[in-house]
Amino acid sequence: MELLDNLALGFSTATTLVNLGFCLIGVLLGTLIGVLPGIGATATIAMLLPITFQIGDPVSSLIMLAGIYYGAQYGGSTTAILINMPGESSSAVTAIDGYQMAKNGRAGAALAIAAIGSFFAGTVSTFLVAIFAPPLTAIALEFGAAEYFSLMIVGLVSSVALAHGSIVKALAMVVLGLLLGIVGTDIYTGTPRFTLGIREYADGLNFVAVAVGVFGVAEILRNLENEHERSVMIRSVSGLMPTREDFRRMAAPIVRGTIIGSALGILPGGGAILAAFASYTVEKRISKNPGEFGKGAVEGVAGPESANNAGAQTSFIPMLTLGIPANPVMALMIGAMIIQGIVPGPNVATEQPALFWGIIASMWIGNLMLIILNLPLIGLWVKLLTIPYYVLFPIIMAFCSIGVYSVNTNIYDLYAVAFFGLLGYLLTKLRCEPAPLLLGFVLGPLLEENLRRAMILARGDPTTFVTRPISAGLLFIAFAVLVVVFLPAVKKKREEVFVEEN
Amino acid sequence: MKPFTIDTTNGICAALFIFLGGFFALQSLGLEIGTAFRMGPGYFPLVLAIVLILLGAVILVEAVRFESEPIGHVAWRGMLFILPAPIFFGLTVRGLGFLPSIFLTALIASFASGRMRPLTALVLSAGLTLFAFLVFSYALGLPFRRFGPWLAM
Repeated sequence: MELLDNLALGFSTATTLVNLGFCLIGVLLGTLIGVLPGIGATATIAMLLPITFQIGDPVSSLIMLAGIYYGAQYGGSTTAILINMPGESSSAVTAIDGYQMAKNGRAGAALAIAAIGSFFAGTVSTFLVAIFAPPLTAIALEFGAAEYFSLMIVGLVSSVALAHGSIVKALAMVVLGLLLGIVGTDIYTGTPRFTLGIREYADGLNFVAVAVGVFGVAEILRNLENEHERSVMIRSVSGLMPTREDFRRMAAPIVRGTIIGSALGILPGGGAILAAFASYTVEKRISKNPGEFGKGAVEGVAGPESANNAGAQTSFIPMLTLGIPANPVMALMIGAMIIQGIVPGPNVATEQPALFWGIIASMWIGNLMLIILNLPLIGLWVKLLTIPYYVLFPIIMAFCSIGVYSVNTNIYDLYAVAFFGLLGYLLTKLRCEPAPLLLGFVLGPLLEENLRRAMILARGDPTTFVTRPISAGLLFIAFAVLVVVFLPAVKKKREEVFVEEN
Repeated sequence: MKPFTIDTTNGICAALFIFLGGFFALQSLGLEIGTAFRMGPGYFPLVLAIVLILLGAVILVEAVRFESEPIGHVAWRGMLFILPAPIFFGLTVRGLGFLPSIFLTALIASFASGRMRPLTALVLSAGLTLFAFLVFSYALGLPFRRFGPWLAM
């Protein structure tokens, strides 16, 4: 069977000693930075991204990056449960009941439930990726420039729909991201664009510098706004093993969470956040004792954590098959691939099967490592939570500087970090979400290239986008999403969702 | 009639987007625009820049009509010390060399917090430099000069 052959190839790639090692380092580093309060998965990955470029082999480096992602996500759940400080909105849902469980002295059980739920969801969704990726790749190979253009529009529009706050601001962030993405030499004519005459920016703004600035530095500045003592109420976590009653109660929510998460994760635009929230709502609605929710319900941890992890995993599907990022983390992965010299898109599966299947297999291995490693290491992570923040951020700044510089040894990239740190912080203060900007930044050059190619192929006739059926269908989806988010009823509901989530 | 007021957060936001859109639009006009059939290097960015200006204008209208959340605390001290850190590293990594430069970079960043004491900052930066030497310079073998020409007499 082809699927088994492919998985076998993947596992043989991912289980070489070197790759297992990098996966392990990735998971450990990801958790290490991820448990630092207030630093979400995206910021963690942005900060650790440069380290992965030191590895010569693209397969190992992407496996490590994926490991960092799972680690960061799990680290985020840990802070959510232990100190009620979710690093990212997707673990905000976990914080609701997880923190209450911790307050009731059941922190160990909450962490274990989160880990078990994530592992189950990770296992199932890894298989889903393996099953659905190849047929989607086959479809994507038929795509022409017009279809690609329309597909990217769908991705960008959905990222707008799922951003917090004002839709107009999110749209503006996408457009700004697209503009920043096309800084550099024009591929058709070789004309330098928007480089302000600085030769070092001829290859475009460094993706790592932009990501570290907008997510990493801006996040540090936000945390510096009001420095208050964090109360770590739990000094030691005991009773890791959930009771038999816990196991009975968490089984069904984990399965439901996995289904919800897998389905929503595929949506371009960041389904993991939505998945966690949807799962929580579902569990609360079908529970026999909805009053328990918000007071430490096992289901309220198990469901959203599984949904979150399943969504995180299946968001790899559009990234691996189409080269379209579903969320900022996938945008970072695509950026990493481009820097490693791999052109993301349907060709990856056929031209680099070892890489493609190796990443898929390493997803499962990464999840396994998480559960084996993190439960015994909980004590260490709890200690990390007590490190004062003012000690952490000089370390983070130093590593970011070294990391960004090491990518291209271009000192102008460091100036870009400072500039984008300032811009990112300013935009956050003005209530603009940075995620759509990063998606725009990654897609900018691709969008322009496909637009220009499609127009040349159609001899300057813009109706090509609506006369080709797949392209027309995609554009219709994008248009429908936009119309829906602007509908007054949906707009109101959407605001409620995000308010409740915060 | 209601007195004319403008919401600060959205007002600044609109101004920023319009300014950035204006910058990109002006720069695009200096490039070859081309036609829809054969787009020049300036075509797509010009369209995007105009869209950005329009979106900025929409936010501006909202700013005049509605009030939104206030901006809140601004981390002035943080900005003063955090943002120069990577710039300083960029300016000195070749001249001073990797190790002195990273030591001073960490030291600068340390002062972003009012809670940091000078001695702690020194010890932290020194420890960090040692770690950077062991991991980046020695173990990973990054090709940075440990001490630069400025330090050679």
